[in-house]
Amino acid sequence: MSKNPPPLFRNPVVRWLDERLPLFSMLRKEYIDYPTPRNVNYFWSFGAIATLMLLLMIATGLMLAMQYTPHVDMAFSSVQRIMRDVNYGWLLRTIHMNGASMFFFAVYIHLYRGMYYGSYKKPRELLWILGVLIFLLMMATAFTGYVLPWGQMSYWAATVITNLFSAIPWIGEDIVQFLWGGFSVDNPTLNRFFVLHFLLPFVIVAVVVLHVAALHVPGSNNPDGIEVKSKRDTLPFHPYITSKDSLALIVFGIGYAVIVFYAPNYLNHPDNAIPANPLSTPEHIVPEWYFLPFYAILRAIPNKLLGVIALFGGVAILFFLPFLDRSKVRSCRYRPLYRWFLWLFVVDAVFLGWLGSKPAEEPYILWARLATAYYFGFFLVITPVLGIVERPRPLPVSISEPVLKTASRPRAS
Amino acid sequence: MPASSKPLPFPPAERRDFLGLLAASTGAVGAAALAWPMLDSMNPAKDVLALASIEVDLSPMEVGQSITVKWRGKPVFIRYRSEEEIQQAERTDWQSLRDPQSDAERVKNSAFIVVVGICTHLGCVPLGQKDTSERGAYGGWFCPCHGSYYDGSGRARQGPAPKNLVVPPYDFIDDTTIRIG
Ligand code: HEM
Ligand code: FES
Repeated sequence: MSKNPPPLFRNPVVRWLDERLPLFSMLRKEYIDYPTPRNVNYFWSFGAIATLMLLLMIATGLMLAMQYTPHVDMAFSSVQRIMRDVNYGWLLRTIHMNGASMFFFAVYIHLYRGMYYGSYKKPRELLWILGVLIFLLMMATAFTGYVLPWGQMSYWAATVITNLFSAIPWIGEDIVQFLWGGFSVDNPTLNRFFVLHFLLPFVIVAVVVLHVAALHVPGSNNPDGIEVKSKRDTLPFHPYITSKDSLALIVFGIGYAVIVFYAPNYLNHPDNAIPANPLSTPEHIVPEWYFLPFYAILRAIPNKLLGVIALFGGVAILFFLPFLDRSKVRSCRYRPLYRWFLWLFVVDAVFLGWLGSKPAEEPYILWARLATAYYFGFFLVITPVLGIVERPRPLPVSISEPVLKTASRPRAS
Repeated sequence: MPASSKPLPFPPAERRDFLGLLAASTGAVGAAALAWPMLDSMNPAKDVLALASIEVDLSPMEVGQSITVKWRGKPVFIRYRSEEEIQQAERTDWQSLRDPQSDAERVKNSAFIVVVGICTHLGCVPLGQKDTSERGAYGGWFCPCHGSYYDGSGRARQGPAPKNLVVPPYDFIDDTTIRIG
């Protein structure tokens, strides 16, 4: 470390603490002074939104956990009690339940932002990989949480998802029994899912800390995908980005509140209002919307093992994106071809999601196969090939150049 | 604006400070609006409050008998006092007690003394509900945890207990039935 800078804090207590444990300097460096490219747009607010969603989920989840009973005979009614008897229990539960959806929504946009502007490329590969890890942990958290209310959908989701592991040759059945702690989804399963659902969010917090630490080494990417060249290219995080993020958060919060207060069950399945019954499966069983594209991939493939591999592969392939894309240009703004294939990829993913909500019959299966082919083709063929053959458009000289050019133009009087 | 002065990049500081404070206080109100439901969810829920009153039929009790009923998770002692016990409780020189209360203030019907069976020292359940149990020198209840003595009116007489045993809110709804809570 270099020599100590002059004291940053006037408050003597803060200074005393900071000289011994530089927490305040650290927060100041990372959340006040942090130089952010001046051209970042609102897509850059979704990381902050996701962070606050995580904290909100933990806060409401802790309150729910104080009322919830992880036992097959009591779980369902303890959730009903939260809805009817606990003070504001209905509010905490609807915030938590719909919060999972809002959290995934924010993270999907965050992830797509990274793809569109090439934020996963050198030097941010590890940052991206940590992000995909968070996404995986979120999926595990949401799945275990969905099991807790112990309705019909909870029970059958637990059964179907754990049974995915039975596709593993030789040891599959043993693994599934290990996950269940028995010969079917039952009390030991519910109990351990509750523990995991309680634990994983805190693991996510830890990975988010690493994610942000890895971000603050090279700094944020930006819509032009070019490097910061001078101080003129950046603005301090506070107040410029904090106020921008706050506005984004308010708009996001309004949408969230509309769902919580006016359509709290819109994203729910009515079957989950029926207590779990191990002897009968609901007629139409589908996962939560945020899992639908992967579910469609699973059903598109008529072989058990290959279907499960494709399902997990659909997520795992994101880990490899930094190494599949060889193009030196980050932002799709300057990639005239890749940009359209990427938009088509979004359409494809949404289409897969829609197909996932449909029954497993023709013509949906055929469509799901085509969409699955594009999904993997995009990563494994289009991305590597375009990285070599595409001719990118010329990049601007610097981030500030286009901004300051317009600003210094003499104003009409 | 005079040509010599540099244009200010921001509005004057006072206005910014005001806006900053306004934004921060709006955030604080929002946080409080979320914190309140979260904290209130830990208060007793409706189903807990619904169990907060019970009815007890006293008609099967005999003179000298004590029963213990559960009210809000706590023991409530009911004792059908003999004439002698009533006399003793009423004759006590209550003004000199550490928590001065007359027996009349503590009963609705002098035959029945109804108290919460929790020692006012640190919360143990005193002995004295069984005929055979230790009642201490004052004939009421005796707390074994740290040696508090209560008399037949449930008043603290000796030992560390600072207060008399609490009389729960109750009413006679007919001659032989009380509703506690
Ligand atoms: C990454 C953050 C989290 C996500 C994505 C998540 C997701 C979910 C989901 C999808 C449900 C099912 C909703 C329902 O039908 O009720 C749920 C329920 C639940 N969660 Fe979480 N959760 C998170 C964090 C937490 C935390 C930190 C706790 C506690 C420490 C917690 C405790 C609970 C409890 C007790 C339930 C069951 C009660 C209920 O059904 O409302 N959650 N969660
Ligand atoms: S708790 Fe009864 S004497 Fe201490």
